[in-house]
Amino acid sequence: MNSAEALIGTIPLSQGLMVAGILFALGLAGILIRRNLIYTLMCIEIMMNSAGLAFVVGASRWQQPDGQVMYLMILALAAAETSIALALVLQLYRRFRGLDIDAASRMKG
Amino acid sequence: MLISFYICSAVAILATLLAIAGPSPMHSLLELIVSLLAVGLIFFTLGAPFAGILEVIVYAGAIMVLFVFVVMMLNLGDETVQQERSWLKPSAWVAPAILALILLAELMQLLLTRPEGTAFAGGKVVGATEVGMSLYGPYLLAVELGSMLLLAGLIAAFHLGRDPEGR
Amino acid sequence: MLDLLFLVFLFPLAGFFILAMSGGRFSERTASIIGVGAPLLAVIVTILVGYSFFTTIPTGGAYTQFLWNWIDVPGFHPDFALRLDGLSMTMISVVTGVSFLIILFSVWYMHGEEGFSRFFAYMNLFVTSMLFLVLANNLLFTYFGWEGVGLCSYLLIGFLYKDPANCAAARKAFLVTRIGDVAFAIAMWLIVRELGTLNIQEIMRLAPEHWAVGSGIATAVALLLLLGACGKSAQFPLQTWLPDAMAGPTPVSALLHAATMVTAGVYLIARTNGLFLLAPLGQEAVGVVGTITLVVAGFCALSQTDVKRVLAYSTMSQIGYMFLALGVGAWSGAIFHLMSHAFFKALLFLSSGSLILACHHEQNMFRMGGLWKKLPVTFAGFVIGGLGLAAIPPGDGYFSKDLIMADAFKSGHYVMWGFAVFGAFLTAVYTARMIFLTFFGEYRGSEPHHGHGGPATTPRGWTHHVPLVALMIATLLGGWFGMHISMLPASPAGEQPEILEKLPLILAVIGVIICWPLFVTHREFTARFTRRGLGNQIRLVWFHAMGFDWLWDHVLVKPWYLIAGFGRRDFIDQIDRAIERVFLGWNKVFTWSETGHLRWYAASVGVGAVLILAAIIYS
Repeated sequence: MNSAEALIGTIPLSQGLMVAGILFALGLAGILIRRNLIYTLMCIEIMMNSAGLAFVVGASRWQQPDGQVMYLMILALAAAETSIALALVLQLYRRFRGLDIDAASRMKG
Repeated sequence: MLISFYICSAVAILATLLAIAGPSPMHSLLELIVSLLAVGLIFFTLGAPFAGILEVIVYAGAIMVLFVFVVMMLNLGDETVQQERSWLKPSAWVAPAILALILLAELMQLLLTRPEGTAFAGGKVVGATEVGMSLYGPYLLAVELGSMLLLAGLIAAFHLGRDPEGR
Repeated sequence: MLDLLFLVFLFPLAGFFILAMSGGRFSERTASIIGVGAPLLAVIVTILVGYSFFTTIPTGGAYTQFLWNWIDVPGFHPDFALRLDGLSMTMISVVTGVSFLIILFSVWYMHGEEGFSRFFAYMNLFVTSMLFLVLANNLLFTYFGWEGVGLCSYLLIGFLYKDPANCAAARKAFLVTRIGDVAFAIAMWLIVRELGTLNIQEIMRLAPEHWAVGSGIATAVALLLLLGACGKSAQFPLQTWLPDAMAGPTPVSALLHAATMVTAGVYLIARTNGLFLLAPLGQEAVGVVGTITLVVAGFCALSQTDVKRVLAYSTMSQIGYMFLALGVGAWSGAIFHLMSHAFFKALLFLSSGSLILACHHEQNMFRMGGLWKKLPVTFAGFVIGGLGLAAIPPGDGYFSKDLIMADAFKSGHYVMWGFAVFGAFLTAVYTARMIFLTFFGEYRGSEPHHGHGGPATTPRGWTHHVPLVALMIATLLGGWFGMHISMLPASPAGEQPEILEKLPLILAVIGVIICWPLFVTHREFTARFTRRGLGNQIRLVWFHAMGFDWLWDHVLVKPWYLIAGFGRRDFIDQIDRAIERVFLGWNKVFTWSETGHLRWYAASVGVGAVLILAAIIYS
């Protein structure tokens, strides 16, 4: 029995997805509450991570690798998104002398 | 090992809650890293060690460290903490919290009332070999698209990150 | 080599596209190489095509090049096909040759002007449109070129668009000719309804089978085509746009008057001659219109002070001769005069362009004079062009106009013949007046006046000399060849007494001779006579083009404004406005939702998710 199998157990599918749902709701709440752009990005990461969790839970329900592949895709997406978003953070900080997301609201109808 | 799943879940949820509610960006980031590590452990319990390792290395190790770098670069100090405190008034967070709770309640409703929810997850290790075979088999196109996405991200980050005034 | 025919229009079209796409980024040199090179290539192709056309005459005397189907619906198949016969061969030679010389001259004239490459783009498009018009094998294709010519005239008359007066002149030209265009379109609809085709050869074949001579429908079509031709060719009663069209740069006037645009109407009537032969009344009307125009325009030209306006009225008058020729059945004579007119009028306009630039944009003849020593090339151009215009040999106008008048007499139209002879006298008088006032006597423009004038400067450069000399040669030699176009109906046969044959020439020479004392040696006497009393009244009426502008303004434009004023408040507009208001209202709602706040958008997405989940749960 190697270390990977030491932690193995079965859990009800609904409980695994519930954890993902809770994390997602927390991420959403965070985006809506926080005005700091860093926090906004962190909450996006939380939400994406929770979606990844849901995929992995699904994968282990059917014991197939496809869900994990989707998780990898999410990971790649998160990496690309983070690099661009953090570059935007730097630009925003330079232009507005701060990270208040409400300050950057010139694009309105 | 049902118990480790519950512990990890509790840690993840608690750490996330602290992360989104705290006033200091650096503390929040560290708490978020804890949350991600806990999710990585959940992956291990579900029999997905490859995903768990990537969670630790890439998510907590690379992406979050990037965040930490940016926060350190911007040198967000006490003023930021003060400002965050002033922004975190009940009037600011009650309505979003209610919206998020409604969403959560609906999710729970769906998860708990459907008969599919009673099925069990985990119990078998789906390791790196199977994932790799699948990744470079039926999902090859998706991998290529992912690589293109990363390249685009690289170029965009390079372009956006430049200082327009050359400072 | 006849299959090269399509290249004739393709080169100027390509020139237009290249210059138009350049967005004015080309240097003046590049733009002029493209702008002049394209018509030059068209001239070369025309020569090649003409050589093979005349050496191996195609069967039936015509060559048709089918390019593609344009519209293909049951019962109606107009195609893009070019037809080359004696008439269109003559026309493309004149159009490409004269246009090329005018565009070459423009390189000199437009040097340093704003919008240099834009100018050459328009000029090339103008030539292309005219070639479409001339080469078309069906009336719809002709109409395509016809409208293209109208568009280009608008663009070029309003070329110096920064002056609102120029834009008004461009609009006027566009709208007045549009009246004629509508008549042309109605004529086409009638032809399609009655004969089911727009192919010109088919029409010529089918019309005599379906319509009796003098029948109502044939007369209606002929009169509508005449009205269309009147619009483009500036004939009575749609002649008012032409003098204002002088607002464009002088090479534009030359192109408009000599090679393109105004000759379109003459060409249209000559091309559809079979329809006019079926409608004697319509053909008679053509002659009457021509006669009225030639006399009225001749009087108007007599009293103008602007050298370009004299030339504008002279064009009207000369086109009047062509219409008269068409009206009396001198078909070949009309086209012959069209060609000789193209040569001498292009020459006169280019010479006047040279004169105007030499006098620093001064156009008033009374502020010129004695310039023949300073501007020898320009002077030679005016004299030779004037010989052509006044129909004095060896100018080419003598031969063509003589032919027209002889044919008018032979066909028994003695009244028209009388007016034409009188018109010849008027032509000689106003031509001589123009040349005497500008080139003889003492120079009267030394003092700058409204920023114009000042001492004249001698034009230099081969792009100035070559076109002028080439057109001088064409004017001097053009008449000797004579012309008979076999595809057109034969000229009227008859007898004309020898003495009457020489009468126009005698009157023209008398006209020139009496101008010398009137406008050179005893100018004060003439001035006294025309500045007071009855003389002044007549001068003013003539100066203002017999008041046709005033008449149309009160008969058509003002009532139309009145109707439009009522029309803009009718209930149909209210329906349109209601739609507009609904959209504006929704626009307000949606712009309100666009707050520019990121968190607002995230909340919208969250609410959407909640609603969708609720729909899943409770359905």
